[in-house]
Amino acid sequence: MTEHATILEIAGLAKRFGGLTVIDGLNLTVGEREILGIIGPNGAGKTTLFNLVAGVLQPSAGTIRYAGREIGGLRTWDRCRIGIGRTYQIPKPFAHMSVFENVLTAAVHGAGKSIRAAREQAEAMLALTGLAADHAQPAGQLTLLDLKRLELCRALAIGPRLLLLDEIAGGLTDAEVDTLLGIIQRVHEKGTAIIWIEHVIRALRKLCHRIAVLHEGAFVTIGEPGAVLADSRVKTIYLGE
Amino acid sequence: MRRHQHLSIAGGRIVLAGAALGLAVAPSFLDAGGLTVLTEFLCLLVLALMWNLLAGYADIVTVGQHAFVGVGAYAFYGAVVLLGVDPYLAFAAAALMAFAVALPAMVIVFRLRAAYLAVGTWVVAEVLMLIAGKLPNFGFGSGVSLPVRVAREFGARPDVRFATIYWLAFALAAATFASTWLLLRSRIGLGLTAMRDNEEAAGATGVNLVRARIICFLWTAPFLGLAGAIITLQKLRISPPASFSIIDWTVFVIFNVVIGGIGSLEGPILGTALFFILREYLAQLGTWHLIILGSLSIVIILIEPGGLWGLLRRVLGGDLIPVSHRARPGFETNRKS
Repeated sequence: MTEHATILEIAGLAKRFGGLTVIDGLNLTVGEREILGIIGPNGAGKTTLFNLVAGVLQPSAGTIRYAGREIGGLRTWDRCRIGIGRTYQIPKPFAHMSVFENVLTAAVHGAGKSIRAAREQAEAMLALTGLAADHAQPAGQLTLLDLKRLELCRALAIGPRLLLLDEIAGGLTDAEVDTLLGIIQRVHEKGTAIIWIEHVIRALRKLCHRIAVLHEGAFVTIGEPGAVLADSRVKTIYLGE
Repeated sequence: MRRHQHLSIAGGRIVLAGAALGLAVAPSFLDAGGLTVLTEFLCLLVLALMWNLLAGYADIVTVGQHAFVGVGAYAFYGAVVLLGVDPYLAFAAAALMAFAVALPAMVIVFRLRAAYLAVGTWVVAEVLMLIAGKLPNFGFGSGVSLPVRVAREFGARPDVRFATIYWLAFALAAATFASTWLLLRSRIGLGLTAMRDNEEAAGATGVNLVRARIICFLWTAPFLGLAGAIITLQKLRISPPASFSIIDWTVFVIFNVVIGGIGSLEGPILGTALFFILREYLAQLGTWHLIILGSLSIVIILIEPGGLWGLLRRVLGGDLIPVSHRARPGFETNRKS
């Protein structure tokens, strides 16, 4: 991990749904120039963790500090406004708006710009994510790949300091994953911290500074990708060996 | 978009503009009966535009819209008859009172969601109607007529009066439409449209859902109150069951918006127009008129949840009333990454 200030600090985080404990006393620190990968079997609590950080769910216990500030009391849009951007594993486009308007909304409301100023930002993000040619399409008519691009594009248009990517590479071909890696690399170089939930290990190995393994709501191990992926415990949990 | 679609959209806009022009000059060629129907049409159009803004965009599916119509009616009567305010100024009283009632009513809107909200708004409206029936100066439960002197202020002869009331309704409908169109074109409208399509994603994209709901709810109240005042002026009477009529000011309005197409500006216009056309042609059938209307709405919803406008829009390929934002022309070729 590089020597930088902390962007996200999670302590003792827990989430229970009735008797079911999904996140169980989780601790995590993410540096402001870091790319952290999270892997784990289905049902490990990965998306729940994102929902807690983004404010969709309220924790049963624990604290989340972002940029040195406790954000437990903030609603989703406030967390977005201070720079937490996210993508959804199952895309949630504004289906009846154009691709451009989807991104414009993020630049206006997420980045707090006027429509005029947001226009430029939206256009730049569309170009960056390879969606420029589709700008006038209704978002509901996009293919899955383009919907994933739109998820990323919209999250980038808010001007994130912390980007939460939820299985953005799932279902893509190798060539498409490579394109995506290039985009994520560029976003990171501009100074965005990234937490990336992914099953495509190859992608994580290439970009992540650390990988964390989530199992039954807690981290089994966190560390340098090579070491984590070679860990016998990880193989047992993740690959079921 | 194909060429014939551009032509159809242009054609659709001409029809819409022609209808608006027709409404603008209606008093010069229509008799009192025709003007009365058009006045009712314009008032119901205002109610449809407002219900659509709440239910179609802000996800506030209210069944208590008639409350604000009734409050506007009673405030108008109170101001003009009991307080002796200038009749035209009394309209301001109607708008302000509706707004004042909306402030505490908002507590319900923000505590309840979905079906609970529908029931909650309905209960508030019914309670307000019952309170109206307890007001001694407003004729208790049976209501009271507007004095002749007040009616005369809007025209000594009936034909002049009908034309004046029509103009008031026309002005209200035009103001409601224009301001709502501007709202939807603004940054708030961009957020509302995103909410319409996916509320969770809108929140995650920075749209303040609570503030958007507050704006919409408070936005609609004065327009509804003004509609109530004009309806009172036309009927020359207030009474709890008529001024606070859930059937006339909420149920029919919901039908119109749903048939026309919820979550668009075209939908409420189309739906309200269809409602009046059917009413004029089918009214002599009595109850059958309502049975046909109900069946028609169910058929339309089953075929296309986006209503008539949803169907038409697929054929036309675009909006007649542009609220969308576009990228600058040619940007995608200028900057290839």
